[in-house]
Amino acid sequence: MLKQALAITGISIRSIPERWAPSLVIVVGLAGVVAVFTALLAMASGFESTLKATGRSDAALILRGGSDAELNSAFDRASTDLIKEEPGIASGADGRPLASAELMVIAELLRRDALNNGANITLRGVEPAAFALRPQLRIVAGRNFTPGLRELIAGRGVVQQFRGAAVGDTVRMRGSEWKVVGTFASGDAHDSEMWTDLNVARSTFGRMGSSSVLAQLDGPDGFERLKSAVAAEPRLSVDVLREQDYFSGQTRQFRKTIGFLAGVVTVIMALGAVFAALNSMYAAVAARGKEIATLRALGFGAVPVVTSVMSEALLLALAGGVAGAVIAFLLFNNVSVSTLGQSFTQVVFSFKVTPQLVVRGLIIALIIGMIGGLMPALRAARLPVTVSLREQ
Amino acid sequence: MTRSGFVIANLFRRRTRTVLTLLSVIMAFLLFGLLQSVNTIFNAGADFVGATRLFVQARVSFTSPLPISMLPRLESIPGVARVAYQTWFGGVWQENTPLIMFSLDPQRYRDVYPEWVMPESQWQDFIRTRTGMIAGKQLADQYGWKVGQKIPINSNIYPQKNGSKAWIFDLVGIFDGKDDEWKKRTNLAFIQQDYFDEANQFGVKGRENFFILKLSDSNQAAQVARTVDAMFENSPDETKTQTEKDFNISFVRQIGDIGLIVRWILFAVFFTLLLVVGNTMAQSVRERIPELAVLKTLGFSDGSVLGFVLAESFVLCLGGGLIGLLLASIAGAMVAKGTGGRFQLTVDYRVWLLGIAAIVLMSLAVGLLPGLRARRLKIVDALAGR
Repeated sequence: MLKQALAITGISIRSIPERWAPSLVIVVGLAGVVAVFTALLAMASGFESTLKATGRSDAALILRGGSDAELNSAFDRASTDLIKEEPGIASGADGRPLASAELMVIAELLRRDALNNGANITLRGVEPAAFALRPQLRIVAGRNFTPGLRELIAGRGVVQQFRGAAVGDTVRMRGSEWKVVGTFASGDAHDSEMWTDLNVARSTFGRMGSSSVLAQLDGPDGFERLKSAVAAEPRLSVDVLREQDYFSGQTRQFRKTIGFLAGVVTVIMALGAVFAALNSMYAAVAARGKEIATLRALGFGAVPVVTSVMSEALLLALAGGVAGAVIAFLLFNNVSVSTLGQSFTQVVFSFKVTPQLVVRGLIIALIIGMIGGLMPALRAARLPVTVSLREQ
Repeated sequence: MTRSGFVIANLFRRRTRTVLTLLSVIMAFLLFGLLQSVNTIFNAGADFVGATRLFVQARVSFTSPLPISMLPRLESIPGVARVAYQTWFGGVWQENTPLIMFSLDPQRYRDVYPEWVMPESQWQDFIRTRTGMIAGKQLADQYGWKVGQKIPINSNIYPQKNGSKAWIFDLVGIFDGKDDEWKKRTNLAFIQQDYFDEANQFGVKGRENFFILKLSDSNQAAQVARTVDAMFENSPDETKTQTEKDFNISFVRQIGDIGLIVRWILFAVFFTLLLVVGNTMAQSVRERIPELAVLKTLGFSDGSVLGFVLAESFVLCLGGGLIGLLLASIAGAMVAKGTGGRFQLTVDYRVWLLGIAAIVLMSLAVGLLPGLRARRLKIVDALAGR
C-alpha cells in the first residue's frame, strides 16, 4: 500500500506543472496568509524584545504611588533625597548611594517622513549615576553632554526615525537652544530617548524635583528591604518596582492589541484561503478523474489515492507558507518603526521575524492545506470507476 | 431565456466552484470593510471638526502646561471670538481603566463647543457646582452613571491635599453630541478647573495643557495661528498653534502609521483574490469554448460574448462583495457596542463607496482576460476543439 501511495503521489506531484494555475492559487493564497500573520506578529515580538531587554532585575525603579508610568510620576526634591537614603540601595565607588534621580519630560520632534506632525520624544534629565546604572549604554558618535550646559545626547533610534537630533543639530525647547553633542546606543528602549543633565532639565522645564529614582539594589534581598523601608516611611507614598518588571509590564497592552488584530485578520484570510484551496483541489481531482479511475481499475486502493491528493495539497500549502515567511522576512525583518509607549512617548523598535513565528506560520499553512485537501481527496477516492472512465 | 438569466444559469452550472469562489470573495470584502473602517478611525476621524477652532499648546510638547496668564493676551487677538482651556486630569476608573478627562472652565468651554448638547439646567448646575462633573452619554451608559450620583475617580497624576488620589465628583450632567459624528465621541468627562486648582496637592494652579481659540472667521485660522506663535516666541512658554483638525491628526499619527499596515494587508488580500477569482473565470471560459462558439454561430456578436463573461465575473464579485461588506457592517456594529463606544468601528458610506469601487475594478480585472479570449474565438477552430 505504501508503495502504491508513493507511486500515485509521485504522479500527482509531477503533474502539478500541467495544472499550474489552480496550484498557484493555493501557493499564493497561503503565502498571503502566512506573510500577513508573520509580519503582524513580528511587530509585536520586536516591540516586546526591545522592552524586555530594558532594565535590570537588580535595580529598582521608584515612582510616586499609583502613577503607572514615569510621565505621571513626580517627587519634590526632599522626597527624592529621602528615597536615596533608604536601605537596600547599594553604594557607588564614591561611597554615596548608587541611585539616579531622573526627570522625564517630553519634547516634540518631527518624524523623518512627516511635514508637521510632531511626535512625543522622552527627554530624560539624569544624574551621573545614571550611566553606571546602565552599563550597556555607549556613546557611538560625538561625546557626552557637559553637566550644567544646554547640551543633550540622543539615542540611536531617535536619530534614525526623527529629524533634528543628529550630532551638531540644535533642538529648540522652551525658548532656548540645545546642542546635540552625541549619539548613544543601548540596544533597548533608551535608544528612543534623549538625555541631558538633570539640573539643566529642571531649570528649563520649571520642575524642581524628579519623576523617578533608579537605584542599584545591594544584594538579592535588597528589593524587599527597600520596599518595606519606604512602606514604613510616612513621608513617602511610592511604588517600588524592579526596573525590568516596569518595562516588561508595558508590552501587555501592545501584545493584546496586535494579537487581536493578527487573530482576526488571519482567521478571515485563512477562511478565504481554505475556500480557494478547496476550489483548486476539486479542480485538480476533476482534471485527473480519468487517470485516478484508471489507477483504481488497475487495482490501486482508495487510501493511496487519498494520500496522493492530500500530499499534493500539503506540499502546495507548505510551498505557499515558506514563500509567505520569506516575503515577510525580506520586506519587514529589522524594519524600524515606532509607536506610543506607556509614558506617551515614542518607542522605536524593529520588526523581528523569529523562527517560532515562521514555524507557527507554516503550521497554519499546513492546517489550511489539510482542510483544503481532505474533502476533494475523499471525493477522488469515492469516484465510481466506470463513470469516470466514460467521462470525456 | 433572458440574458441575465443566462449569466446566472452559467454561474450555477458548477455549483461547488461558484459557491467556493463566492465565499472567498465574501471573506476578502469582510476584511476590506473592517480594515478600511479601522483606517477611517485613524485618518478621516478629523473631517467633522471644521477649522473654526485653534489648539494652542506648548511648542515643546502638549504635556508641558502653559500659564493661564496667557489668557488675556490670547483674547485680545483680532479674530478670536472666545477662548477656552483644559488640563489633562489623568482620570482612572476603578482599578485601571483610563478615562479621557479634562478640567476646564464650564462656561468658556460651552461657548467654544456648541456641538455638545445638554439641558440648560444641567449646564447651570455644572457652572455652579464646584465638585461638579459632566460625562458624555457613552461613558455614562457604559458605567451606569446617573445624574446626581457621586462618582469616585482616581487620578494617576494628581493627589488631593490630603495625599489621596481618590477623588469624588458629583455628576451633574450628561451630554450628547449634536449629530452622529459627535455622538460617537461622547466617551469623555469634564470637571471644574476652579475646584481642581484648589484641591490638588501640588498647588498646580492655572497651568493648562491647551487653550482653544474659537475664531469668528475660519479663513483667518492660519493668520491667527501665526500671530499667537509670534506673540510668545523666545519665551519659556513658546506655543504651537494648529487647527483642531491638524491637532487630531497628529495626535493619532503618534500611534503609528496604521494606514500603511492596513494597505499592506489589503494588498496581500486582493492580490490573492485576484488570482482566485481570475482562475475560476479562466476555468469556466476554458470549459465552455465550444458553447461560446455555438453562441457566436447563432449570431451573438463578439462583443456580447465578451459581455457575458464580464457580466458573470461582475455578478460573482458584486454578490460576494456586497455580502462581505454587509457582514463587515454587522461585525463593526457589534464591536462598537461590545466596547461601549470605545472603539467606533463603523463601516460607513465612505467604506461602502470604496468597497463598490473595489468590486467594479476587481470584476474588470478578473473578467477581462478570459472575456477577451472568448471574444477572439474563431468559430471554426473552437468547434473543432483546436
